[in-house]
Amino acid sequence: MSYDPFVIPFSAGAIILFIILIYKYTYWIITLSKADTFKLLKGLFSIKFFKAIKEIVLESLFHRRIFKINPVLGYMHMSFALGWLLLILGGTLENKIHSHKPFNAPYEPIFFKFFNHDINAYPWANEFKFVMDFLLLFVLSGVLLAFFKRIYSRLFGMKKTTRLKLGDWFAMMSLWFIFPLRFLAESFTAGMYDNGGFLTGNAGRFFASFIPLQDVSYIAWWAYSIALGTFFVALPFSRYMHIFTEVVLIFLRNFGIKNCKVYNSFSAIEVNACSRCGICIDKCQLLTSSRITDTQGVYFLQSIRNNEIKEEKAFDCLLCGRCQEYCPVGINLNNIRISRRFEFATGNQNYDYISSQVEKTAPVIYFAGCMTHLTPSIKIAMESILKTAGIDYLFLDKNGSICCGRPLVTAGEILKAHKLIEKNTQLIKDSGAKTLVTSCPICLKVFKEDYKLPIEVLHHSQYLLRLINEGKIRVHHSKESAVYHDPCELGRGNNIYKEPRELLNKVVNLQSVSQEAELGLCCGNSLGGVQLNTVQRDLIRIDALNVLQKNNPNYIATACPLCKKTFVKSAETDVKDIAEIIWLSMQNSRKPKFVHEIKQPKEEAVIEL
Amino acid sequence: MNKKRIIVIGGGIAGMEAATNLSAMGYQVTLLEKENELGGHLLGWEKLFPTMRLGKDVIEFLNKGIGLTHIQIIKNADIIDARKNDSIFSVKLSDGRSFESDAIIVATGYDLFDARKKEEYGYGIYDNVITSAELEELFLSGKPIVNALGKTPKKIGFVHCVGSRDEKVGNVYCSKVCCVTAVKQSIEIKEKIPDAEVFCFYMDLRMFGMHFETLYKQAQEKHAVNFIRGRLSEACENIDGSILVKVEDTLAARPLRMSVDLLVLMVGITPSEGTKKIGAMLGLNFGPNGFYKCMDQHTMTTVSNVPGVFFAGCCMAPRTINNVFADSRSAALMTASYLENYSIEKRTI
Amino acid sequence: MKNFGYTLSEDRQINYDKNDKKILAYVKEHEPSFNICISCGTCTATCSAAQFTNFNIRHLYTLLKRGEVTTLKKEIAKCMLCGKCLLACPRGVNTRNVIIKINQAIEKYSL
Repeated sequence: MSYDPFVIPFSAGAIILFIILIYKYTYWIITLSKADTFKLLKGLFSIKFFKAIKEIVLESLFHRRIFKINPVLGYMHMSFALGWLLLILGGTLENKIHSHKPFNAPYEPIFFKFFNHDINAYPWANEFKFVMDFLLLFVLSGVLLAFFKRIYSRLFGMKKTTRLKLGDWFAMMSLWFIFPLRFLAESFTAGMYDNGGFLTGNAGRFFASFIPLQDVSYIAWWAYSIALGTFFVALPFSRYMHIFTEVVLIFLRNFGIKNCKVYNSFSAIEVNACSRCGICIDKCQLLTSSRITDTQGVYFLQSIRNNEIKEEKAFDCLLCGRCQEYCPVGINLNNIRISRRFEFATGNQNYDYISSQVEKTAPVIYFAGCMTHLTPSIKIAMESILKTAGIDYLFLDKNGSICCGRPLVTAGEILKAHKLIEKNTQLIKDSGAKTLVTSCPICLKVFKEDYKLPIEVLHHSQYLLRLINEGKIRVHHSKESAVYHDPCELGRGNNIYKEPRELLNKVVNLQSVSQEAELGLCCGNSLGGVQLNTVQRDLIRIDALNVLQKNNPNYIATACPLCKKTFVKSAETDVKDIAEIIWLSMQNSRKPKFVHEIKQPKEEAVIEL
Repeated sequence: MNKKRIIVIGGGIAGMEAATNLSAMGYQVTLLEKENELGGHLLGWEKLFPTMRLGKDVIEFLNKGIGLTHIQIIKNADIIDARKNDSIFSVKLSDGRSFESDAIIVATGYDLFDARKKEEYGYGIYDNVITSAELEELFLSGKPIVNALGKTPKKIGFVHCVGSRDEKVGNVYCSKVCCVTAVKQSIEIKEKIPDAEVFCFYMDLRMFGMHFETLYKQAQEKHAVNFIRGRLSEACENIDGSILVKVEDTLAARPLRMSVDLLVLMVGITPSEGTKKIGAMLGLNFGPNGFYKCMDQHTMTTVSNVPGVFFAGCCMAPRTINNVFADSRSAALMTASYLENYSIEKRTI
Repeated sequence: MKNFGYTLSEDRQINYDKNDKKILAYVKEHEPSFNICISCGTCTATCSAAQFTNFNIRHLYTLLKRGEVTTLKKEIAKCMLCGKCLLACPRGVNTRNVIIKINQAIEKYSL
């Protein structure tokens, strides 16, 4: 077994890293909940294991998702991840073939060229020479890109790149030095013993011409080893923890473990799996519209890792989910943010005053939602449609509602929300209904995620589509043009993109806009943005409206009362909810029905089909 | 006599009176009005505060002025272009006619706030919610006051500050005249339907003008109008079509619910479409609320940033009728000063 | 000098100078829009909790501004944070955040 004192920094660093990683991961995995642990064990011995391996190759090595968003950034990450892994594997293989021994010291492949000067002593030596040098060049190109990204991020098409703390600088510097030092060390050795490939060999000859290689090559190997050792020791305390944590995360996620609104060890794993690529920064509307630059996902996760969460950072977020949508690691940023808001919750609650009874039983419940009462055209349109279709329904919050509970959740008051959830669940059960239809996507999200209802829960756009498909209501195409604004809570929040569009296509000419569906913009008034002031919200609204109104549609269609109320403030185009559009189309008219004139005594708004 | 020419854009009170005064001074005046008759919003008002005199008396007064002078009046004028070349202004209409002048007075007036934007009050959704302008037209028509159900309203509610002082619809300023108009209309309704109960829902009662306080006291004393300090959050409709009002009676510190047979929204004054259009064409500066910005708030309220262009009336801010008369005569004087090159016109501040 | 004073009992009048305004100061510092409230009452009129109980948010804000906080802790706990008041306020006060800050101040100063 070859040995030289210079391998000590590397070996010591590697051992320390190994111990720390085992400790951290064991701790996190042990502290998983019982249900999650069961999922983990089940998954380990199933096909999901191989699915996870596939995802690890595609994402952690090839960084496919980053490539799709930003190819140069993707190349940079890939060169480090894939290049380094292949260097290690290649070196190990090379060493095995060369030594014919079953057991080799782990540092031998890393420092192969130091210990082995005879290049013709083993099969495929030339091929290895070429491949190893090629991989080294591959990684060096990544280092160069990383260096430039730090200096001039616009080269990467990114307006801003992640700001670093002192510990991160330390780890990053040592990482950057590793491969240039490897290059120098191998080149110097190649210059002395001529055992290099196309890169190291030629470089070595070049260096030999003016550097006394005998003196410096040993120093270069020491430096290389120290750089490696330093990096290993710094790694678990820096952002580079993501390298290994991402792998663990992908396994756990494939086994079906999800994060929840309370911060647990799975959340901690997600937080440490963040590769700090910085993609979430530019996509955040708080940055692009309101010029808030320190609250984006990556900074928030960093503040959790460093245990210094400032309250503003936790609360300055719309919870719109755009960052989550773009995140290549798939971190559930919204839930992590809510879980940290929970830390600031006070739990001062007194809901004993709430007592409600259902006035009748019915197969369908219509729950308008608090906000819908401030946009009454929506609830009136829905009631008119339901009556026309002959549906037997209970308007659960006709005279005002017990709030669904999601506003409390978004403010971090999860325990208080559960009180309301209890009361509402009882009401829903008492009604005997099998279907719950709501006009508000915010309510929809909490009904589906936190309520555990045994009945089906639908947004009114889904229900209206069903009514049309069942022939219970008939609509006419108005030939007008409209654009559809995806509400954050309905689109990204509930994954409902198709039904509203399908519904609208039956009645209007739906145009598309530059940012829609999964990449749609938030209106700015999200309940998640607890601390934002009027000016900051206005800026977001104005930018969102510019995108929607760009091609002058006849109107903007929304599916959320909060979005509607927000846009009406400054929209030049008419803003209508989907329910209103459908009701107008059922009457085959666009003019408002109500003008001040003497009329016959009014009946319920029913029309003949 | 001078034969300098002036174009007056807008044939409401401001435009008519400014044109009259300038023509009397001997200038050649052309008055462009987009509707088919002169008079603007005044045509829709029956009685004027605080004296309850008839609006048509004022219209007659204005028409007399037009009759005593020689103004070229162009009705149904749809302006498609207005610009300044050196010191001559030229205005083009959609029917091809064009006019030139040495000065312009912009008197494009106001539009009322579109109450459909304040959806929670139910305008355009419930039949028994109307605006103050619609109520006034009902007064003018002389027809009996009935709501959409054909019945005489026994309880009537007036909602102050609809579309004014409201950040949520983008208008943060006070429209000035709606409070006293509500008091006036309450009195009128009580005169027409003596046993009706009238409620005014207000945030503040802006009785700033001379005799406004007297009118307010009269409303309470003679007509038993009720004033409830609280701003409506929403209005709903009962089964019988009456309107259910949700408000907090802040002085009693408790939420209050009430059904009214007719709900009147005191809609605010907003910059008119014409104001925006003409302002863009002539390069006029707008203030933060969308009205024109004058050169100085204290000393040059009818002077614009473009030399030779002057303002009068509600295109600059919400105004009362007596203010508008003062404005229009002031604008006429400033225009004459400009055209005659008086030295006082050169003052700056 | 004779004491002309009112014969109101102590807890009928707001003793503005003596009142503890720590909670008010906390709220004003962290949510400055609280200052622009004109007590119009739209928030209370639209409040979800106000239809079940005598929770009156405008009244609580007014009392808070004067330093009258004895009932604050019990009352503010009734708020469901639904956000209707925020959506209705004509001045643009971030009422929802004011309530969150009140709760935090109550906890901080152990009311």
